[in-house]
Amino acid sequence: MGDGPPSLWEWIARNWDTGRAGSIKDLLGDHLLMSLVPVVAGLALALPLGLACIRWRLLYQPTSALFNVLYALPSLPLFMMLISATGLSPVTVIIPLTFYAMAVLIPAVVDGIGAVPDHVRQSAVAMGFTPLRRLVRVELPIAAPVVIAGLRVVAVSSISLVSVGALIGQGGLGMLFTRAYQNPFLPPVVVGIGLIVLLALVADGLLVLAQRLLTPWERARRAT
Amino acid sequence: MITFDAVTKRYPDGTVAVDALSLEARTGEITVLVGPSGCGKTTSLRMINRMIDPSEGRILLDGTPVQSVDPPVLRRGIGYVIQQAGLFPHRKVVDNIATVPYLLGWDRKRARGRAMELLERVGLDPGLAERYPFQLSGGQQQRVGVARALAADPPVLLMDEPFSAVDPVVRTSLQDELIRLQAELNKTIVFVTHDIDEAIKLGDQVAVLRVGGTLAQLADPKTLLAEPADDFVREFLGRDRGIRRLQFISTDRLRLRTDLTVAEGGEGHGDEPWLLAVGSDGRPVGWLARGRPGEPEPAGTYRHGRDSMRAALDAALLSPSGHAVAVDEHGKVVGVATRQALDEALTEAADG
Repeated sequence: MGDGPPSLWEWIARNWDTGRAGSIKDLLGDHLLMSLVPVVAGLALALPLGLACIRWRLLYQPTSALFNVLYALPSLPLFMMLISATGLSPVTVIIPLTFYAMAVLIPAVVDGIGAVPDHVRQSAVAMGFTPLRRLVRVELPIAAPVVIAGLRVVAVSSISLVSVGALIGQGGLGMLFTRAYQNPFLPPVVVGIGLIVLLALVADGLLVLAQRLLTPWERARRAT
Repeated sequence: MITFDAVTKRYPDGTVAVDALSLEARTGEITVLVGPSGCGKTTSLRMINRMIDPSEGRILLDGTPVQSVDPPVLRRGIGYVIQQAGLFPHRKVVDNIATVPYLLGWDRKRARGRAMELLERVGLDPGLAERYPFQLSGGQQQRVGVARALAADPPVLLMDEPFSAVDPVVRTSLQDELIRLQAELNKTIVFVTHDIDEAIKLGDQVAVLRVGGTLAQLADPKTLLAEPADDFVREFLGRDRGIRRLQFISTDRLRLRTDLTVAEGGEGHGDEPWLLAVGSDGRPVGWLARGRPGEPEPAGTYRHGRDSMRAALDAALLSPSGHAVAVDEHGKVVGVATRQALDEALTEAADG
Protein backbone atom coordinates (compact mmCIF):
# COMPACT_ATOMS: atom_id res chain seq x y z
CA MET A 1 0.00 0.00 0.00
CA GLY A 2 0.99 3.58 0.15
CA ASP A 3 2.42 3.71 -3.37
CA GLY A 4 -0.71 5.24 -4.98
CA PRO A 5 -3.89 3.61 -6.28
CA PRO A 6 -3.61 0.04 -7.64
CA SER A 7 -3.73 -0.56 -11.39
CA LEU A 8 -6.87 -2.01 -13.05
CA TRP A 9 -5.53 -5.56 -13.09
CA GLU A 10 -4.27 -5.39 -9.54
CA TRP A 11 -7.69 -4.15 -8.45
CA ILE A 12 -9.47 -6.97 -10.28
CA ALA A 13 -7.15 -9.60 -8.83
CA ARG A 14 -7.57 -8.22 -5.36
CA ASN A 15 -11.37 -7.96 -5.53
CA TRP A 16 -12.34 -10.90 -7.76
CA ASP A 17 -13.02 -13.39 -4.98
CA THR A 18 -12.56 -11.96 -1.53
CA GLY A 19 -14.84 -14.53 0.09
CA ARG A 20 -16.91 -11.61 1.45
CA ALA A 21 -20.13 -10.19 0.00
CA GLY A 22 -19.39 -7.60 -2.68
CA SER A 23 -16.56 -9.40 -4.45
CA ILE A 24 -16.69 -9.05 -8.25
CA LYS A 25 -17.50 -12.75 -8.61
CA ASP A 26 -20.35 -12.35 -6.15
CA LEU A 27 -21.77 -9.30 -7.91
CA LEU A 28 -21.53 -11.09 -11.26
CA GLY A 29 -23.56 -13.98 -9.86
CA ASP A 30 -26.19 -11.59 -8.43
CA HIS A 31 -26.33 -9.74 -11.72
CA LEU A 32 -26.87 -12.91 -13.71
CA LEU A 33 -29.63 -14.05 -11.36
CA MET A 34 -31.45 -10.73 -11.31
CA SER A 35 -31.29 -10.24 -15.08
CA LEU A 36 -32.01 -13.77 -16.30
CA VAL A 37 -34.81 -14.73 -13.91
CA PRO A 38 -36.98 -11.90 -15.32
CA VAL A 39 -36.28 -13.11 -18.89
CA VAL A 40 -37.28 -16.70 -18.10
CA ALA A 41 -40.20 -15.72 -15.88
CA GLY A 42 -41.29 -13.10 -18.41
CA LEU A 43 -41.38 -15.72 -21.17
CA ALA A 44 -43.16 -18.24 -18.95
CA LEU A 45 -45.87 -15.68 -18.14
CA ALA A 46 -46.04 -14.03 -21.57
CA LEU A 47 -46.73 -17.34 -23.35
CA PRO A 48 -50.02 -18.20 -21.60
CA LEU A 49 -51.06 -14.53 -21.50
CA GLY A 50 -50.25 -14.08 -25.19
CA LEU A 51 -52.17 -17.25 -26.05
CA ALA A 52 -55.11 -16.03 -23.99
CA CYS A 53 -54.99 -12.74 -25.91
CA ILE A 54 -55.13 -14.67 -29.18
CA ARG A 55 -57.97 -16.87 -27.95
CA TRP A 56 -59.97 -13.93 -26.57
CA ARG A 57 -59.09 -11.00 -28.85
CA LEU A 58 -60.80 -8.50 -26.51
CA LEU A 59 -58.12 -9.14 -23.87
CA TYR A 60 -55.27 -7.98 -26.06
CA GLN A 61 -55.86 -4.21 -26.08
CA PRO A 62 -56.26 -3.81 -22.28
CA THR A 63 -53.40 -6.24 -21.58
CA SER A 64 -50.96 -4.53 -23.89
CA ALA A 65 -52.05 -1.11 -22.62
CA LEU A 66 -51.44 -2.19 -19.02
CA PHE A 67 -47.97 -3.55 -19.78
CA ASN A 68 -47.06 -0.53 -21.88
CA VAL A 69 -47.90 1.73 -18.94
CA LEU A 70 -45.79 -0.46 -16.64
CA TYR A 71 -43.01 -0.29 -19.22
CA ALA A 72 -43.26 3.51 -19.25
CA LEU A 73 -42.79 3.76 -15.47
CA PRO A 74 -39.16 4.46 -14.58
CA SER A 75 -37.56 1.53 -12.82
CA LEU A 76 -36.29 3.40 -9.76
CA PRO A 77 -39.71 4.49 -8.38
CA LEU A 78 -40.97 0.95 -9.07
CA PHE A 79 -38.13 -0.45 -6.98
CA MET A 80 -38.95 2.06 -4.23
CA MET A 81 -42.64 1.11 -4.27
CA LEU A 82 -41.85 -2.57 -4.01
CA ILE A 83 -39.44 -2.19 -1.10
CA SER A 84 -42.38 -1.99 1.32
CA ALA A 85 -43.58 -5.39 0.06
CA THR A 86 -40.44 -7.30 -0.77
CA GLY A 87 -37.78 -5.41 1.15
CA LEU A 88 -34.23 -4.86 0.03
CA SER A 89 -33.97 -8.19 -1.76
CA PRO A 90 -33.24 -9.26 -5.35
CA VAL A 91 -36.99 -9.93 -5.76
CA THR A 92 -37.56 -6.16 -5.63
CA VAL A 93 -35.49 -5.84 -8.80
CA ILE A 94 -36.71 -9.05 -10.44
CA ILE A 95 -40.41 -8.16 -10.33
CA PRO A 96 -40.28 -4.89 -12.33
CA LEU A 97 -37.85 -6.38 -14.82
CA THR A 98 -40.25 -9.31 -15.31
CA PHE A 99 -43.00 -6.82 -16.14
CA TYR A 100 -40.72 -5.10 -18.66
CA ALA A 101 -39.95 -8.47 -20.23
CA MET A 102 -43.65 -9.25 -20.48
CA ALA A 103 -44.35 -5.87 -22.10
CA VAL A 104 -42.05 -6.90 -24.95
CA LEU A 105 -42.80 -10.63 -25.07
CA ILE A 106 -46.61 -10.61 -25.00
CA PRO A 107 -46.82 -8.71 -28.33
CA ALA A 108 -44.04 -10.95 -29.67
CA VAL A 109 -46.06 -14.08 -28.86
CA VAL A 110 -49.27 -12.57 -30.24
CA ASP A 111 -47.60 -11.34 -33.45
CA GLY A 112 -45.53 -14.49 -33.90
CA ILE A 113 -48.48 -16.83 -33.64
CA GLY A 114 -50.65 -14.37 -35.55
CA ALA A 115 -48.17 -14.67 -38.43
CA VAL A 116 -48.90 -18.38 -38.87
CA PRO A 117 -50.69 -18.46 -42.24
CA ASP A 118 -54.34 -19.40 -41.94
CA HIS A 119 -54.05 -22.17 -44.52
CA VAL A 120 -51.26 -23.75 -42.47
CA ARG A 121 -53.38 -23.69 -39.33
CA GLN A 122 -56.39 -25.02 -41.24
CA SER A 123 -54.46 -27.88 -42.72
CA ALA A 124 -53.09 -28.81 -39.28
CA VAL A 125 -56.65 -28.98 -37.98
CA ALA A 126 -57.78 -30.96 -41.02
CA MET A 127 -55.04 -33.53 -40.57
CA GLY A 128 -56.12 -34.29 -37.03
CA PHE A 129 -53.78 -32.27 -34.78
CA THR A 130 -55.23 -31.78 -31.30
CA PRO A 131 -55.16 -28.10 -30.23
CA LEU A 132 -52.20 -28.62 -27.87
CA ARG A 133 -50.17 -30.55 -30.40
CA ARG A 134 -50.94 -27.94 -33.05
CA LEU A 135 -49.63 -25.24 -30.71
CA VAL A 136 -46.44 -27.08 -29.83
CA ARG A 137 -45.63 -28.62 -33.20
CA VAL A 138 -46.89 -26.02 -35.65
CA GLU A 139 -47.71 -22.61 -34.20
CA LEU A 140 -44.89 -22.13 -31.69
CA PRO A 141 -42.13 -23.29 -34.09
CA ILE A 142 -43.40 -20.92 -36.77
CA ALA A 143 -43.65 -18.12 -34.17
CA ALA A 144 -40.17 -18.89 -32.78
CA PRO A 145 -38.16 -16.34 -34.83
CA VAL A 146 -40.39 -13.45 -33.70
CA VAL A 147 -40.42 -14.60 -30.07
CA ILE A 148 -36.64 -15.09 -30.04
CA ALA A 149 -36.16 -11.61 -31.52
CA GLY A 150 -38.19 -10.31 -28.56
CA LEU A 151 -36.12 -12.37 -26.14
CA ARG A 152 -32.91 -10.82 -27.47
CA VAL A 153 -34.19 -7.32 -26.75
CA VAL A 154 -35.43 -8.38 -23.33
CA ALA A 155 -32.22 -10.18 -22.34
CA VAL A 156 -29.97 -7.25 -23.22
CA SER A 157 -32.18 -4.57 -21.66
CA SER A 158 -32.65 -6.67 -18.54
CA ILE A 159 -28.89 -7.12 -18.13
CA SER A 160 -28.42 -3.39 -18.49
CA LEU A 161 -31.32 -2.36 -16.19
CA VAL A 162 -30.28 -4.48 -13.21
CA SER A 163 -27.56 -1.96 -12.44
CA VAL A 164 -30.20 0.66 -11.53
CA GLY A 165 -31.01 -1.59 -8.58
CA ALA A 166 -27.71 -0.48 -7.09
CA LEU A 167 -29.55 2.59 -5.81
CA ILE A 168 -31.51 0.34 -3.46
CA GLY A 169 -28.48 -1.82 -2.79
CA GLN A 170 -29.44 -4.62 -5.19
CA GLY A 171 -27.67 -3.82 -8.42
CA GLY A 172 -25.35 -6.70 -9.12
CA LEU A 173 -22.43 -5.28 -11.05
CA GLY A 174 -24.14 -1.91 -10.76
CA MET A 175 -22.85 -1.81 -7.18
CA LEU A 176 -19.44 -1.11 -8.67
CA PHE A 177 -20.73 2.21 -10.07
CA THR A 178 -22.18 3.48 -6.78
CA ARG A 179 -18.97 2.49 -5.02
CA ALA A 180 -16.92 4.44 -7.55
CA TYR A 181 -19.22 7.44 -7.18
CA GLN A 182 -18.75 7.56 -3.43
CA ASN A 183 -15.00 7.26 -3.74
CA PRO A 184 -13.81 8.52 -7.12
CA PHE A 185 -11.80 5.64 -8.47
CA LEU A 186 -11.92 4.35 -12.06
CA PRO A 187 -11.23 0.58 -12.10
CA PRO A 188 -14.63 -0.55 -10.63
CA VAL A 189 -16.48 1.50 -13.29
CA VAL A 190 -14.44 -0.02 -16.10
CA VAL A 191 -14.90 -3.53 -14.72
CA GLY A 192 -18.66 -2.96 -14.21
CA ILE A 193 -19.26 -1.65 -17.73
CA GLY A 194 -16.98 -4.26 -19.25
CA LEU A 195 -18.66 -7.19 -17.56
CA ILE A 196 -22.19 -5.92 -18.26
CA VAL A 197 -21.40 -5.49 -21.95
CA LEU A 198 -19.76 -8.89 -22.00
CA LEU A 199 -22.78 -10.50 -20.33
CA ALA A 200 -25.11 -8.86 -22.83
CA LEU A 201 -23.00 -10.05 -25.76
CA VAL A 202 -22.86 -13.61 -24.43
CA ALA A 203 -26.62 -13.73 -23.74
CA ASP A 204 -27.39 -12.33 -27.19
CA GLY A 205 -24.96 -14.76 -28.83
CA LEU A 206 -26.55 -17.72 -27.06
CA LEU A 207 -30.00 -16.63 -28.22
CA VAL A 208 -28.80 -16.26 -31.81
CA LEU A 209 -27.32 -19.75 -31.56
CA ALA A 210 -30.58 -21.08 -30.12
CA GLN A 211 -32.47 -19.53 -32.98
CA ARG A 212 -30.16 -21.16 -35.53
CA LEU A 213 -30.66 -24.56 -33.94
CA LEU A 214 -34.41 -24.19 -33.41
CA THR A 215 -35.31 -22.71 -36.79
CA PRO A 216 -33.13 -24.32 -39.46
CA TRP A 217 -35.71 -23.48 -42.16
CA GLU A 218 -35.15 -19.76 -41.58
CA ARG A 219 -31.50 -20.18 -42.43
CA ALA A 220 -32.42 -22.02 -45.61
CA ARG A 221 -34.75 -19.15 -46.47
CA ARG A 222 -32.08 -16.52 -45.95
CA ALA A 223 -29.69 -18.51 -48.10
CA THR A 224 -31.99 -18.22 -51.13
CA MET B 1 -69.66 -43.91 -49.21
CA ILE B 2 -70.38 -40.45 -47.81
CA THR B 3 -74.02 -39.62 -47.27
CA PHE B 4 -75.43 -36.14 -46.67
CA ASP B 5 -78.82 -36.58 -45.04
CA ALA B 6 -80.81 -33.32 -45.10
CA VAL B 7 -77.81 -31.33 -43.89
CA THR B 8 -78.29 -27.66 -43.05
CA LYS B 9 -75.72 -25.18 -41.79
CA ARG B 10 -77.12 -21.99 -40.36
CA TYR B 11 -74.89 -19.38 -38.74
CA PRO B 12 -75.88 -17.39 -35.62
CA ASP B 13 -76.45 -14.27 -37.76
CA GLY B 14 -79.10 -16.15 -39.72
CA THR B 15 -77.17 -16.83 -42.94
CA VAL B 16 -77.83 -20.24 -44.34
CA ALA B 17 -74.69 -21.67 -45.94
CA VAL B 18 -76.09 -25.11 -46.73
CA ASP B 19 -79.80 -25.80 -46.98
CA ALA B 20 -81.18 -29.32 -46.53
CA LEU B 21 -78.52 -30.92 -48.68
CA SER B 22 -78.92 -34.61 -49.41
CA LEU B 23 -76.50 -36.45 -51.64
CA GLU B 24 -74.26 -39.46 -51.79
CA ALA B 25 -70.58 -39.51 -52.71
CA ARG B 26 -70.05 -43.05 -53.93
CA THR B 27 -67.13 -45.19 -52.85
CA GLY B 28 -64.20 -45.16 -55.24
CA GLU B 29 -65.56 -42.25 -57.26
CA ILE B 30 -64.85 -38.55 -57.59
CA THR B 31 -67.82 -36.43 -56.59
CA VAL B 32 -67.37 -32.77 -57.48
CA LEU B 33 -69.22 -30.01 -55.63
CA VAL B 34 -69.34 -27.02 -57.95
CA GLY B 35 -71.07 -23.68 -57.82
CA PRO B 36 -70.58 -19.93 -57.54
CA SER B 37 -69.09 -18.44 -54.37
CA GLY B 38 -71.57 -18.51 -51.53
CA CYS B 39 -73.11 -21.82 -52.59
CA GLY B 40 -71.83 -23.61 -49.50
CA LYS B 41 -69.53 -26.04 -51.30
CA THR B 42 -66.55 -25.57 -48.97
CA THR B 43 -68.85 -25.56 -45.92
CA SER B 44 -70.31 -28.87 -47.10
CA LEU B 45 -66.83 -30.33 -47.54
CA ARG B 46 -65.71 -29.21 -44.10
CA MET B 47 -68.72 -30.75 -42.46
CA ILE B 48 -67.48 -34.16 -43.59
CA ASN B 49 -64.37 -33.98 -41.39
CA ARG B 50 -66.11 -31.90 -38.73
CA MET B 51 -64.11 -28.73 -39.23
CA ILE B 52 -67.66 -27.35 -39.25
CA ASP B 53 -70.58 -29.07 -37.55
CA PRO B 54 -74.00 -28.99 -39.22
CA SER B 55 -76.95 -27.27 -37.57
CA GLU B 56 -79.35 -29.97 -38.72
CA GLY B 57 -79.15 -33.29 -40.47
CA ARG B 58 -76.48 -35.98 -40.47
CA ILE B 59 -73.42 -36.93 -42.47
CA LEU B 60 -72.62 -40.62 -42.61
CA LEU B 61 -69.28 -42.13 -43.50
CA ASP B 62 -69.96 -45.71 -44.58
CA GLY B 63 -73.06 -45.66 -42.41
CA THR B 64 -71.44 -44.16 -39.29
CA PRO B 65 -72.50 -40.63 -38.34
CA VAL B 66 -69.34 -38.47 -38.33
CA GLN B 67 -70.72 -36.56 -35.33
CA SER B 68 -70.12 -39.69 -33.25
CA VAL B 69 -66.36 -39.70 -33.90
CA ASP B 70 -63.80 -37.56 -32.04
CA PRO B 71 -62.68 -34.92 -34.59
CA PRO B 72 -58.88 -35.52 -34.47
CA VAL B 73 -59.42 -39.29 -34.86
CA LEU B 74 -61.90 -38.77 -37.67
CA ARG B 75 -59.59 -36.35 -39.50
CA ARG B 76 -56.56 -38.63 -39.38
CA GLY B 77 -58.59 -41.09 -41.44
CA ILE B 78 -59.57 -38.54 -44.09
CA GLY B 79 -57.07 -36.98 -46.48
CA TYR B 80 -57.40 -33.24 -47.00
CA VAL B 81 -55.92 -31.00 -49.69
CA ILE B 82 -56.46 -27.23 -49.75
CA GLN B 83 -55.84 -24.44 -52.20
CA GLN B 84 -52.48 -23.07 -51.05
CA ALA B 85 -51.39 -26.61 -50.14
CA GLY B 86 -51.12 -25.55 -46.48
CA LEU B 87 -47.70 -27.13 -46.12
CA PHE B 88 -45.82 -26.56 -42.86
CA PRO B 89 -43.12 -23.99 -43.69
CA HIS B 90 -40.90 -25.26 -40.86
CA ARG B 91 -40.85 -28.91 -41.88
CA LYS B 92 -38.94 -30.52 -44.72
CA VAL B 93 -40.96 -31.90 -47.62
CA VAL B 94 -40.50 -35.50 -46.44
CA ASP B 95 -41.70 -34.64 -42.93
CA ASN B 96 -44.61 -32.67 -44.32
CA ILE B 97 -45.75 -35.75 -46.22
CA ALA B 98 -45.25 -37.94 -43.14
CA THR B 99 -47.38 -35.66 -40.93
CA VAL B 100 -50.37 -37.96 -40.48
CA PRO B 101 -48.27 -41.13 -40.06
CA TYR B 102 -46.38 -39.30 -37.28
CA LEU B 103 -49.71 -38.34 -35.70
CA LEU B 104 -50.78 -41.97 -35.89
CA GLY B 105 -47.64 -42.94 -34.01
CA TRP B 106 -45.72 -44.67 -36.81
CA ASP B 107 -42.01 -44.85 -36.11
CA ARG B 108 -39.91 -42.27 -37.91
CA LYS B 109 -38.27 -44.67 -40.30
CA ARG B 110 -41.49 -46.24 -41.50
CA ALA B 111 -43.21 -42.83 -41.83
CA ARG B 112 -40.32 -41.39 -43.84
CA GLY B 113 -40.15 -44.50 -46.02
CA ARG B 114 -43.82 -44.13 -46.81
CA ALA B 115 -43.30 -40.42 -47.54
CA MET B 116 -40.52 -41.17 -50.03
CA GLU B 117 -42.74 -43.69 -51.77
CA LEU B 118 -45.51 -41.11 -52.13
CA LEU B 119 -43.13 -38.41 -53.32
CA GLU B 120 -42.41 -40.55 -56.35
CA ARG B 121 -46.02 -41.60 -56.71
CA VAL B 122 -47.15 -38.00 -57.23
CA GLY B 123 -44.42 -37.48 -59.80
CA LEU B 124 -41.83 -35.59 -57.77
CA ASP B 125 -38.06 -36.03 -57.71
CA PRO B 126 -37.00 -37.80 -54.47
CA GLY B 127 -34.22 -35.21 -54.29
CA LEU B 128 -36.83 -32.67 -53.16
CA ALA B 129 -37.43 -34.61 -49.92
CA GLU B 130 -34.92 -32.63 -47.86
CA ARG B 131 -36.03 -29.23 -49.12
CA TYR B 132 -38.38 -26.84 -47.37
CA PRO B 133 -41.75 -26.05 -48.97
CA PHE B 134 -40.80 -22.47 -49.91
CA GLN B 135 -38.04 -23.89 -52.09
CA LEU B 136 -40.66 -25.58 -54.32
CA SER B 137 -42.81 -24.16 -57.12
CA GLY B 138 -46.55 -23.79 -56.61
CA GLY B 139 -47.27 -26.90 -58.64
CA GLN B 140 -44.70 -28.95 -56.74
CA GLN B 141 -46.13 -27.74 -53.42
CA GLN B 142 -49.57 -28.82 -54.52
CA ARG B 143 -48.24 -32.29 -55.41
CA VAL B 144 -46.68 -32.50 -51.95
CA GLY B 145 -50.08 -31.53 -50.56
CA VAL B 146 -51.67 -34.45 -52.41
CA ALA B 147 -48.90 -36.82 -51.25
CA ARG B 148 -49.41 -35.66 -47.66
CA ALA B 149 -53.14 -36.31 -47.89
CA LEU B 150 -52.46 -39.84 -49.15
CA ALA B 151 -49.72 -40.67 -46.62
CA ALA B 152 -51.77 -42.76 -44.21
CA ASP B 153 -53.70 -44.33 -47.10
CA PRO B 154 -57.10 -42.94 -46.07
CA PRO B 155 -60.10 -44.30 -47.99
CA VAL B 156 -61.55 -40.79 -48.30
CA LEU B 157 -59.96 -37.67 -49.76
CA LEU B 158 -61.38 -34.16 -49.46
CA MET B 159 -60.03 -31.61 -51.92
CA ASP B 160 -60.92 -27.93 -51.54
CA GLU B 161 -60.10 -26.05 -54.75
CA PRO B 162 -56.69 -27.69 -54.72
CA PHE B 163 -55.62 -26.54 -58.17
CA SER B 164 -57.08 -23.00 -58.29
CA ALA B 165 -53.93 -21.15 -57.26
CA VAL B 166 -51.62 -22.48 -59.98
CA ASP B 167 -51.28 -21.40 -63.60
CA PRO B 168 -53.42 -23.11 -66.27
CA VAL B 169 -50.63 -25.30 -67.67
CA VAL B 170 -49.70 -26.65 -64.23
CA ARG B 171 -53.38 -26.99 -63.36
CA THR B 172 -53.97 -29.21 -66.38
CA SER B 173 -51.05 -31.44 -65.49
CA LEU B 174 -52.19 -31.70 -61.86
CA GLN B 175 -55.69 -32.65 -63.03
CA ASP B 176 -54.29 -35.33 -65.34
CA GLU B 177 -52.14 -36.57 -62.48
CA LEU B 178 -55.15 -36.84 -60.21
CA ILE B 179 -57.04 -38.85 -62.84
CA ARG B 180 -54.04 -41.18 -63.18
CA LEU B 181 -53.66 -41.56 -59.40
CA GLN B 182 -57.35 -42.19 -58.92
CA ALA B 183 -57.25 -44.98 -61.51
CA GLU B 184 -54.62 -46.67 -59.31
CA LEU B 185 -56.00 -45.83 -55.88
CA ASN B 186 -59.80 -45.78 -56.18
CA LYS B 187 -60.33 -43.36 -53.32
CA THR B 188 -63.67 -41.86 -52.43
CA ILE B 189 -62.96 -38.25 -53.36
CA VAL B 190 -65.06 -35.17 -52.72
CA PHE B 191 -63.66 -32.32 -54.77
CA VAL B 192 -64.73 -28.69 -54.47
CA THR B 193 -64.24 -26.22 -57.31
CA HIS B 194 -65.85 -23.14 -58.81
CA ASP B 195 -64.59 -24.14 -62.25
CA ILE B 196 -67.22 -26.08 -64.18
CA ASP B 197 -64.67 -27.30 -66.74
CA GLU B 198 -62.61 -28.82 -63.95
CA ALA B 199 -65.77 -30.39 -62.50
CA ILE B 200 -66.64 -31.96 -65.83
CA LYS B 201 -63.12 -33.16 -66.44
CA LEU B 202 -62.63 -34.80 -63.04
CA GLY B 203 -66.05 -35.76 -61.77
CA ASP B 204 -67.65 -39.18 -61.95
CA GLN B 205 -70.62 -37.24 -60.71
CA VAL B 206 -71.06 -33.51 -60.37
CA ALA B 207 -73.23 -31.75 -57.81
CA VAL B 208 -74.11 -28.23 -58.92
CA LEU B 209 -74.98 -26.04 -55.93
CA ARG B 210 -76.63 -22.65 -56.07
CA VAL B 211 -76.17 -19.65 -53.79
CA GLY B 212 -77.92 -20.37 -50.50
CA GLY B 213 -76.63 -23.91 -50.42
CA THR B 214 -79.25 -25.89 -52.27
CA LEU B 215 -78.56 -28.68 -54.73
CA ALA B 216 -79.49 -27.67 -58.27
CA GLN B 217 -78.51 -30.91 -59.99
CA LEU B 218 -76.58 -34.09 -59.29
CA ALA B 219 -75.57 -36.00 -62.40
CA ASP B 220 -72.66 -37.48 -64.30
CA PRO B 221 -70.91 -34.88 -66.48
CA LYS B 222 -72.34 -36.15 -69.76
CA THR B 223 -75.91 -35.99 -68.51
CA LEU B 224 -75.25 -32.60 -66.96
CA LEU B 225 -74.15 -31.17 -70.31
CA ALA B 226 -76.92 -32.88 -72.26
CA GLU B 227 -79.79 -32.30 -69.85
CA PRO B 228 -79.25 -29.38 -67.47
CA ALA B 229 -82.03 -29.43 -64.87
CA ASP B 230 -82.90 -25.74 -65.10
CA ASP B 231 -81.82 -22.30 -66.30
CA PHE B 232 -79.38 -21.84 -63.42
CA VAL B 233 -77.47 -25.00 -64.32
CA ARG B 234 -77.65 -24.18 -68.02
CA GLU B 235 -76.23 -20.71 -67.41
CA PHE B 236 -73.57 -22.02 -65.05
CA LEU B 237 -72.44 -24.56 -67.65
CA GLY B 238 -71.79 -21.72 -70.06
CA ARG B 239 -72.31 -21.24 -73.76
CA ASP B 240 -70.37 -23.97 -75.48
CA ARG B 241 -72.17 -26.87 -73.87
CA GLY B 242 -72.56 -28.63 -77.22
CA ILE B 243 -68.86 -28.49 -77.98
CA ARG B 244 -67.95 -29.62 -74.48
CA ARG B 245 -70.24 -32.65 -74.78
CA LEU B 246 -67.90 -33.83 -77.51
CA GLN B 247 -65.26 -34.55 -74.91
CA PHE B 248 -67.31 -37.55 -73.81
CA ILE B 249 -67.46 -39.02 -77.31
CA SER B 250 -64.66 -41.38 -78.24
CA THR B 251 -62.70 -41.14 -81.46
CA ASP B 252 -62.57 -44.97 -81.64
CA ARG B 253 -65.14 -45.17 -84.36
CA LEU B 254 -63.90 -42.25 -86.41
CA ARG B 255 -63.21 -43.46 -89.97
CA LEU B 256 -59.61 -42.84 -91.04
CA ARG B 257 -58.11 -42.51 -94.51
CA THR B 258 -54.58 -43.68 -95.06
CA ASP B 259 -54.21 -42.60 -98.67
CA LEU B 260 -53.69 -38.91 -97.95
CA THR B 261 -50.10 -39.17 -96.80
CA VAL B 262 -46.85 -38.78 -98.65
CA ALA B 263 -43.26 -39.27 -97.52
CA GLU B 264 -41.46 -36.03 -96.66
CA GLY B 265 -39.82 -34.58 -99.76
CA GLY B 266 -41.82 -36.98 -101.98
CA GLU B 267 -44.03 -36.01 -104.88
CA GLY B 268 -47.76 -35.55 -104.54
CA HIS B 269 -50.09 -37.70 -106.60
CA GLY B 270 -53.76 -37.90 -107.45
CA ASP B 271 -56.01 -34.90 -107.34
CA GLU B 272 -56.43 -34.40 -103.57
CA PRO B 273 -56.06 -30.68 -102.74
CA TRP B 274 -54.04 -31.41 -99.59
CA LEU B 275 -51.58 -34.16 -98.73
CA LEU B 276 -49.90 -34.84 -95.40
CA ALA B 277 -46.11 -35.02 -95.46
CA VAL B 278 -44.84 -37.67 -93.04
CA GLY B 279 -41.25 -37.78 -91.79
CA SER B 280 -39.06 -40.86 -91.83
CA ASP B 281 -39.82 -41.30 -88.11
CA GLY B 282 -43.53 -41.60 -88.89
CA ARG B 283 -44.38 -38.22 -87.36
CA PRO B 284 -46.43 -35.63 -89.29
CA VAL B 285 -44.40 -32.84 -90.92
CA GLY B 286 -47.27 -30.75 -92.30
CA TRP B 287 -49.84 -30.29 -95.02
CA LEU B 288 -48.80 -29.72 -98.65
CA ALA B 289 -51.16 -27.89 -100.97
CA ARG B 290 -51.38 -29.36 -104.46
CA GLY B 291 -49.87 -27.10 -107.10
CA ARG B 292 -48.56 -24.64 -104.53
CA PRO B 293 -45.03 -25.58 -103.67
CA GLY B 294 -43.63 -24.26 -100.39
CA GLU B 295 -43.11 -25.10 -96.75
CA PRO B 296 -45.57 -27.65 -95.32
CA GLU B 297 -48.27 -25.98 -93.22
CA PRO B 298 -48.75 -27.08 -89.60
CA ALA B 299 -51.04 -30.03 -88.95
CA GLY B 300 -53.43 -30.40 -85.99
CA THR B 301 -53.19 -33.84 -84.39
CA TYR B 302 -55.14 -35.91 -81.89
CA ARG B 303 -54.40 -39.29 -80.30
CA HIS B 304 -56.73 -41.73 -81.99
CA GLY B 305 -58.92 -43.68 -79.61
CA ARG B 306 -57.58 -41.83 -76.57
CA ASP B 307 -58.52 -38.23 -77.19
CA SER B 308 -62.17 -37.22 -77.48
CA MET B 309 -64.07 -35.93 -80.49
CA ARG B 310 -63.52 -32.46 -79.10
CA ALA B 311 -59.77 -32.86 -79.59
CA ALA B 312 -60.29 -34.31 -83.07
CA LEU B 313 -62.50 -31.43 -84.11
CA ASP B 314 -60.02 -28.98 -82.66
CA ALA B 315 -57.23 -30.64 -84.65
CA ALA B 316 -59.27 -30.34 -87.84
CA LEU B 317 -59.92 -26.66 -87.25
CA LEU B 318 -56.19 -26.07 -86.79
CA SER B 319 -55.28 -27.67 -90.10
CA PRO B 320 -55.48 -25.66 -93.33
CA SER B 321 -56.87 -28.77 -95.00
CA GLY B 322 -59.70 -29.04 -92.49
CA HIS B 323 -58.69 -32.64 -91.76
CA ALA B 324 -57.49 -33.95 -88.40
CA VAL B 325 -54.32 -36.01 -88.24
CA ALA B 326 -54.69 -39.15 -86.13
CA VAL B 327 -51.54 -40.21 -84.30
CA ASP B 328 -50.71 -43.03 -81.91
CA GLU B 329 -49.18 -42.85 -78.42
CA HIS B 330 -45.76 -42.14 -79.88
CA GLY B 331 -46.95 -39.36 -82.14
CA LYS B 332 -46.76 -41.45 -85.31
CA VAL B 333 -49.37 -40.91 -87.99
CA VAL B 334 -52.02 -43.64 -88.15
CA GLY B 335 -54.32 -41.90 -90.63
CA VAL B 336 -56.33 -38.82 -91.44
CA ALA B 337 -59.87 -38.06 -90.27
CA THR B 338 -61.42 -36.04 -93.06
CA ARG B 339 -64.15 -33.45 -92.71
CA GLN B 340 -66.64 -35.97 -94.01
CA ALA B 341 -65.58 -38.56 -91.44
CA LEU B 342 -65.87 -36.01 -88.62
CA ASP B 343 -69.25 -34.92 -89.90
CA GLU B 344 -70.51 -38.51 -89.92
CA ALA B 345 -69.24 -39.09 -86.38
CA LEU B 346 -70.85 -35.85 -85.16
CA THR B 347 -74.18 -36.74 -86.73
CA GLU B 348 -74.03 -40.12 -85.10
CA ALA B 349 -73.20 -38.52 -81.75
CA ALA B 350 -76.07 -36.06 -82.03
CA ASP B 351 -78.48 -38.91 -82.71
CA GLY B 352 -77.12 -41.12 -79.95
